[in-house]
Amino acid sequence: MATSAIIFYTISGVMILFSLLAVTSRRILRAAIYLLFALAGTAALYFMVDYQFLAAVQLIVYAGGIVVLIIFSVLLTTHINEKLEKPTWGKVFITATLALGGLVLTLFILTNHEFVLGTKPSAEATVSVIGERLLGYQAGGYVLPFEVISILLLAAMIGAIVIAKRNATKS
Amino acid sequence: MMEHVPISHVLMVTSTMFFIGAYGFLTRRNLVTMLIGVELMLNAVNINFVIFDRYLYPDQIEGHFFALFIIAIAAAEAAVAIAIFINLYRNIRSIDVEKVDNMKY
Amino acid sequence: MSYSVTIFILILPLTVFVLNGLLSNKLSHRLAGWLATGSMGIATVLAWLTAYNYFFQSSSYEKLIPFQITWLRFTETLQIDMGILLDPISVMMLVVITTVSLMVFLYSMGYMQGEKGFIRYFSFLSLFSFSMLGLVVATNLFQLYMFWELVGVSSYLLIGYYYDKPEAVAAAKKAFIVTRFADFGFLVGILLLSYYTGTFDFTKITNPENAAIAGMTGISFMGLSVLTLALTLIFMGGAGKSAMFPLHIWLPDAMEGPTPVSALIHAATMVVAGVFLVARMFPVFSFHAPEALDAVAFIGAFTLLFAAIIACTQTDIKRILAFSTMSQIGYMMLALGVSGYGSEGLGFTASMFHLFTHAFFKALLFLGAGSIIHALHKNDIREMGNLRKHQPITHIVFLIACLAIAGIPPFAGFFSKDEILSAAFASNPIYFGIAALAAGLTAFYMFRLYFLVFWGNERTYEHSPHESPVLMLIPMIVLAIGSIFTGFIPFGNFVSSDSQPLQAHLNVTVAIISVMMAILGITVAWIFYKKESLLPEKISNMSGALYHTVVRKFYIDEIYLFITRKIIFNLISRPIAWFDRHIIDAFMDFTATATNWVSKEIKGLQSGQLQHYGYIFLSGVILIVLVMIFTNT
Repeated sequence: MATSAIIFYTISGVMILFSLLAVTSRRILRAAIYLLFALAGTAALYFMVDYQFLAAVQLIVYAGGIVVLIIFSVLLTTHINEKLEKPTWGKVFITATLALGGLVLTLFILTNHEFVLGTKPSAEATVSVIGERLLGYQAGGYVLPFEVISILLLAAMIGAIVIAKRNATKS
Repeated sequence: MMEHVPISHVLMVTSTMFFIGAYGFLTRRNLVTMLIGVELMLNAVNINFVIFDRYLYPDQIEGHFFALFIIAIAAAEAAVAIAIFINLYRNIRSIDVEKVDNMKY
Repeated sequence: MSYSVTIFILILPLTVFVLNGLLSNKLSHRLAGWLATGSMGIATVLAWLTAYNYFFQSSSYEKLIPFQITWLRFTETLQIDMGILLDPISVMMLVVITTVSLMVFLYSMGYMQGEKGFIRYFSFLSLFSFSMLGLVVATNLFQLYMFWELVGVSSYLLIGYYYDKPEAVAAAKKAFIVTRFADFGFLVGILLLSYYTGTFDFTKITNPENAAIAGMTGISFMGLSVLTLALTLIFMGGAGKSAMFPLHIWLPDAMEGPTPVSALIHAATMVVAGVFLVARMFPVFSFHAPEALDAVAFIGAFTLLFAAIIACTQTDIKRILAFSTMSQIGYMMLALGVSGYGSEGLGFTASMFHLFTHAFFKALLFLGAGSIIHALHKNDIREMGNLRKHQPITHIVFLIACLAIAGIPPFAGFFSKDEILSAAFASNPIYFGIAALAAGLTAFYMFRLYFLVFWGNERTYEHSPHESPVLMLIPMIVLAIGSIFTGFIPFGNFVSSDSQPLQAHLNVTVAIISVMMAILGITVAWIFYKKESLLPEKISNMSGALYHTVVRKFYIDEIYLFITRKIIFNLISRPIAWFDRHIIDAFMDFTATATNWVSKEIKGLQSGQLQHYGYIFLSGVILIVLVMIFTNT
């Protein structure tokens, strides 16, 4: 087997293992950390397909931003040492059935589909290319989504502040 | 670098991660852990975009930008979600999702 | 004078009904009373003018239709019209109804003075007058039926006038239900008749050469021709309204209404509607269904004797008069039943003549009774006596009326009753015997009433009875004059079965027999009742059970109650009610309960739980994908 394949299977195994642990762990903080590792695995996958910029962004925003946010909220809203409850068997049963059913369906479709692989040589995703495309006006330029995303981020920031601040009169 | 891995294998991995995230979203009681499931789902979808782009259209990098934007949006959404959780916790002193059921019959 | 003014005879009472009914809070009693009486007065004048024009100005008495509109059209040939038909009997009835109504209206202004529902009374009385007038001028069977029902409603409203007395309410219901039951037969008869002849119109049906009618005699059903069946059913309706046996049970109880109402409705006008109906359909009866006519005669004769026997034992003054009315209507039905057509139509003329004179003296009798009741506030004749000292005028007019009804010449009743007896004598000796016997009984019970009330020993009265006010005396005097002089009208010149003048001769044998029976009756009553004596009591004790049966009116009321309660209610009504409540209602309740249950189950979908929504979302997506894959590839 080629090395890339071995590396790939290792990374994916790790990702799946940690995501499983993240959704079944009974301690919140551990769940957050497992999520962190899953996200790190994703970044590794991006490195493998030569999308270095994306991998860096993934690590910074997801692993550095969102997970930290999650941990902060955990600290603000629960007792850390408290163990989460086990879900009831009914819930587990239904959800497992649904999820497994969906998974089986998807795998079935995947294995029966003939994917036509592209044959052209792969393009370089260097930072300068990305920058030109992001702020480009030509066809295939992403300046409009860029601006919209910036407004979205502004709105999200303002919204988050408004929702989470204390009211003027203490109730 | 991934010439020897068939696309279907990668897609299987991402699908598994997606449904694990769905399982987590529907099973957990704590709102924050539900958010963890949501992030897993988003992540899986991100990988999907990148893989499709790299295997099926290697000369274009559209998938790169898709994934970039998805990451940005996911971050904004997580921030707002956490703000809501904090507000909720202030009102009912709990972030158990089964307690948030006012919009019922 | 054009005959189109006859429409006003109908419109005036209708307008008074509406005005008095709607404005009862705003009108004063005097104004409402005079409004009603005044318009009835105008109607009476119009009726007399019409009669004068019809009988004296025109040479032949043919059917005139001065007014007709088409009301409902079913097919090209079948339609219901509203109109006015003038022919000898309807003009005669117009005169009778308006005159007696006017007298009763005038009398009621005095009798009902001070009553709280004064205006309501006059409103209903006007409604009744309108309905009765519409009935007699009806151009077709259906219009007659409609006004027939209207008359029934007015009677119900007036009998139940004292609505806080439970006996009055029960009596009103009884009258309406019994006549309604009879009207069911009437309606079936009308429908049968019009189905085969294709028309409701009187001029077409009573035309003796009508081919469709003759055709009906050919079709037979259960042994009788359809025409006989239809006419017998129509007669059933008439028998109910005229209180013939066995549908007579409502008339004695109807005396719960005010006395002027009894005078107008249950003596002079409404109860003769049945006789009028048979007279109206007489050509059909006579030519094509003689068996139906035999039934009419039989029922008339039976009721005649039956009512006369019961009247001898009753003690309530109004009930005696009610049974007397029943008996006299029996005379009229008997006369119609034995009558031929054309030159042999003496019975027809006699019946109409008796209707005419009976209206006068029976109304007078009731008004006199009202005067007595108004003064003494009681109805039982055993508690009355020596009233002639206190009410002299009432005494005189009452005596005139009693002589008239007993058939003593030269008063009116003699002439009309004599013609009936002649007609009966000419056709069937048994009927003649019954009629003569009943004449004697009539004289007996009327004079029993007279002597017990006006002679005999003085009783102690709570307050000394005084003579009635002028408003009550004048109508009585007018009616008394009528009772004396109407006998001299040569009725055969005006009213006969084929509208040709009929000469009626005085049959001396019959006349002597009837006068003898009357004098016999008066004498017996004189012996028993003029002075206080124990003779009546001894006789009633000797007859024992027979006397009791007669007093209880032959237990007919009890038989009816038994049939309805024990048989109809238990065997028919109760199972049907059970079915309705437990099967039909239960089915409806079941659908409601099922809907409730389903909605409660569905309600759980809106649980407010985020994760439940998530389940549905995910499973929906999977389902859609499955459907898309397996149907579109």
